[in-house]
Amino acid sequence: MNHVIEMLNIRKEFPGIVANDNITLQVLEGEIHAILGENGAGKSTLMSILFGLYQADEGTIKVRGKEVQIRDPNDANDLGIGMVHQHFQLVHNFTVTENIILGKEGGFILNRKAASKRIVELSARYGLNIDPDMVIEDITVGMQQRVEILKMLYRDAEILIFDEPTAVLTPQEIDELMQIMRNLVKEGKSVILITHKLAEIKAVADRCTIIRRGKLIDVVDVAKTPVAQMAAMMVGRPVSFKVEKKPAQVGRVILDIHDLTVLGNKKVPAVKDLSLFVRSGEIVGIAGVDGNGQSELIEAITGLRPIESGAVSLDGNDITNAPIRTRNEIGMGHIPEDRQRRGLVLTSAVYNNVAIKEYYHPPFSKRGLLNIEYLQEYAQTVVDQFDVRSGEGIFSNAGKLSGGNQQKLIVGREMVANPQLLIAVQPTRGLDVGAIEYIHSQLVAHRDKGHAVLLVSFELDEIFNLSDRIAVMHSGKIMDVVLPNETNEATVGLMMTGIDAKGAGNE
Amino acid sequence: MSKIRRKESLGSNTFLMAVSAVILGLVAGAILMAMIGSNPFSGFSYLFRGGLMNIERIGNTMATATTLMLVGLSVAFAFKTGLFNIGASGQMLVGGLCATIVAHKVFLPRPLFLVVLIGSGLLGGAIWGVIPGILKARFNVHEVVATIMMNWIAYWSVYYFVPAYLKGPSLETESASIAITQSLRAPWLTKLFHGSYMNLGFFIAIVCVILVKFILDKTTLGFGLKAVGFNRHCAEYAGIRVNRNVVISMMIAGALAGLAGLTFYTGYSRNMQIGVLPSQGFDGIAVALLGASNPIGVFFSSLFFGILQSGKGFMNAMTSVPPEIADTIIATIIYFTATSVLFGRIWESIFKRRRKSAKEEQ
Repeated sequence: MNHVIEMLNIRKEFPGIVANDNITLQVLEGEIHAILGENGAGKSTLMSILFGLYQADEGTIKVRGKEVQIRDPNDANDLGIGMVHQHFQLVHNFTVTENIILGKEGGFILNRKAASKRIVELSARYGLNIDPDMVIEDITVGMQQRVEILKMLYRDAEILIFDEPTAVLTPQEIDELMQIMRNLVKEGKSVILITHKLAEIKAVADRCTIIRRGKLIDVVDVAKTPVAQMAAMMVGRPVSFKVEKKPAQVGRVILDIHDLTVLGNKKVPAVKDLSLFVRSGEIVGIAGVDGNGQSELIEAITGLRPIESGAVSLDGNDITNAPIRTRNEIGMGHIPEDRQRRGLVLTSAVYNNVAIKEYYHPPFSKRGLLNIEYLQEYAQTVVDQFDVRSGEGIFSNAGKLSGGNQQKLIVGREMVANPQLLIAVQPTRGLDVGAIEYIHSQLVAHRDKGHAVLLVSFELDEIFNLSDRIAVMHSGKIMDVVLPNETNEATVGLMMTGIDAKGAGNE
Repeated sequence: MSKIRRKESLGSNTFLMAVSAVILGLVAGAILMAMIGSNPFSGFSYLFRGGLMNIERIGNTMATATTLMLVGLSVAFAFKTGLFNIGASGQMLVGGLCATIVAHKVFLPRPLFLVVLIGSGLLGGAIWGVIPGILKARFNVHEVVATIMMNWIAYWSVYYFVPAYLKGPSLETESASIAITQSLRAPWLTKLFHGSYMNLGFFIAIVCVILVKFILDKTTLGFGLKAVGFNRHCAEYAGIRVNRNVVISMMIAGALAGLAGLTFYTGYSRNMQIGVLPSQGFDGIAVALLGASNPIGVFFSSLFFGILQSGKGFMNAMTSVPPEIADTIIATIIYFTATSVLFGRIWESIFKRRRKSAKEEQ
C-alpha cells in the first residue's frame, strides 16, 4: 500500500512552546488513521500545518509521494485534502445545497438543480442521508456535520481530516458517524481522525499515531493494542477509567429548586415547573440531550437568566432574584458551558482570570487597591495544582491557551474557591483521559468534603460514573430521578428522548 | 523575573507599532508635499520648528497638548470598558462652560478658587458623560448615538447661554475675557515660557495621566472596568455589575473631557466662542488610538500631535504647504494605527527570520 500523506520530521514552535517536535505522520491509502494525544499535545497544530493554516518551521510534507508546499487551505483543497472542523463553518440561513456549493458556484448563473442532483448522489453513495433543500438552522447538529462532510466530498477530497468530530454528537449520532467513516474508506478515501476518545479509535481506526507533549510516541495497530496501553502511552502513565468513590454521606439540602419556570431565548418556556434538590455530600447528574432546557436551567440557578416563576434557594437563602455576586458569596461555583464566552477573559492574563470572581475582597485587594503579588501567587497555586500549561505561565493571555488548558483553568478556579454548591456543566468537554480522570476525582473529592455538586453532561458515561442520583431531563422537565445502580444507560437513554421507564410518552 | 520580561516585550511591541505608524504617516505626508510641488524637507523642518523653535513655541505646543492629553485619556478610558466616547467635544463644552461661569462669578482666595474652578469643569463633564452612560445601562441606547446627541445639546446650549449671561463688551459671538487671575494662567509660567499660552492645565493633565494609569492597573475599580470591556459576558458571569461599570466609566471619561474643556477655555484661550464644536474632542480619538489606549502612550502621542497642531500654522506661513497637510498626516497615522495588527505581524516575521538566521549561523 502507498502512503497518501507523509509529514516528515515536522517542527513548529510558538512563543515559549514547541508544539511539534520532529513529528512524523504517515497515512496509508484507504485507512482510517487516528491521531491520539492529550490537549495541547500538538494534534491540532499538526493538522493545521497539513491544512495550510500554519507553516512548519522544519520538515517536509508529501502527498502521494510527491513533496508539496501547502501555503493555505486552498492549496490543501487542490491536493484533495478536506477538513471537518470542530466548529462548523456553515451559513445558518442558507440551504444545504447553498452551503455546499458556496465558493464553488461555477459560473455567473447558479445551477442549483445540477448541484442538488450531485449532492443527492453523493449522499446516497456514502450513506449520509441528507435532504439538499433543508435550511441549516432547521437541521440537527449531527446532520450539520454530515453537510460538512458532503462539502468536502463535493470538492473531490480524497483525504478527509476530522477534528474531534464526536464532541457535539449524541450517542446515536456517533454510531452513524462511525458508519459513514467506514463507508468513506470503502469507497477509497483516506480518513485522519483527531480525537482523545479511545473507544472511538478502537471502534473505527486501523492505525493510530500517538503524540505526547509535541513528540511522537508511537504508531500502533489499533486491533492489536489494548485501550489501556494506548491511554498509558498518551498520558505517560497508567490511567484508570473507573472513578473510585465511597458511598455518599448525604446531609442537608443545599440547592432547592421549586416549581421553576424559565423562558428561553424565543420567549417560550424552556424550563417548565421544574423541581429538584441537591444535598450536601452528593453529586446529582442531569442527563439529557443538548437543548432540552439544561442551559436555561443552569443560567437561572446561577443568576444569568431571569426566573419567570418559582423559587431557588441556596443553603436556606432565597436567591431567586439575588445578584450573581451574592450567590457567589453564599457559596456557588459555576463551571460554565461556554468557556470562551462566559468562562474567561481571553485577552487578559491567566492570573487576572483566576481572580475575576474574588478580586474585590481581601486578601486579593484592600480598600480598593489590588494586591497584585497575591493575585499572582494565588494564580500560580491554581495553575500548578491543575496542571494548566501555557507558554508564559500565569502571564499568558487566557486566549493563548489550548482549549483543554482553558477548561482546566476554569475548573481549577472554581474548585479552589471551595464552594458549597458546585455547578459543573460539561466539565470535561474537550479534555483528554488524563485530565478527565483528574477532574472526576476532584469532583468526587469536593463531594466528599460535604459539598453539593450539580453536574450537567451530555455524556452518559460521565453521568453514570459520577452521579449519586441521576435526574433525566427532557423538554424542560425532569422525567425522573433515578439511582445509577438501579438503572442502566439504555433506560436512561430512552428517557432522554421523552419515553419514561413505563414506556409511556411524555407529550 | 518572568514578570519583567513580559512587560518589556509587550511594551516594546506596542511602542514599535506606534512608531511605525508615525513614520509611515510622515512619509505619506512627505509624498503629498512632493506631489503639490513643495519640498518635503523644508515643509517638515518648518512644521517641527513651528512647534519647537523657541521656548514660547514649546510652551504653546505643551498648552495644545494639554487639552489633547485629557481628551485622549477620556477616550482611552472609555475604550478600556468597551465604550466609544465620541462625545468628548460636548463634555469639553459643558466642562468649559461651568468653569467659565465660575471664573466670571466666583471670587475666592487663589488656592481655594482653583479647587472650585477645577471641580466645576470636572463636574460639568462628568454630568455630560454620565447621561449617555445611564442611557446605555438602563435602555441599551448605543453610546455613540447618545454622545453625538449630547454634543449638539451642548453646542446649542452654549450658543444661547454665552450671549445671554456671559456676553463680552464688544462681540456677540464670544464670552467676555476671563481675567488672568481668574484663569489657569500663572504669571510665573507665562514668564518662564516667554509669554506663551502655557498654563496650569498641563499639570492637571499630568496628574490625570498618573491617576488613570493607577486606576486601571492597581485598583479593583480598574479591574472590573477592564473585565467588562474585554468580555462583558464573562464579567457578568463573575458577578461584576456590568451596567454599574458602564455608568462609572462614562462618568470618569466625561470628567476627563470636562477637564480638557477647563484647560482649553480658561487656560489656553480665556473666552468661549459660540457656534464652535471643539475639534479636540475628535482629535482625542486619534491620540487615544496612537497611544494604544494606554495613559503613558496617550501622554506621548498627545505631545506629538501637539507639535503637529501648533507647528502647522508656521509651516503654512513659511512655505506653500497648506496646513491641511498636517491634518492629513494625522489622518494617515490613524489609518496606520488602525492597521497596527499588520505591523505587529511584519515585525514578528522580521524578528523570527533574524533569529532563525542567527541560529543557522551558529
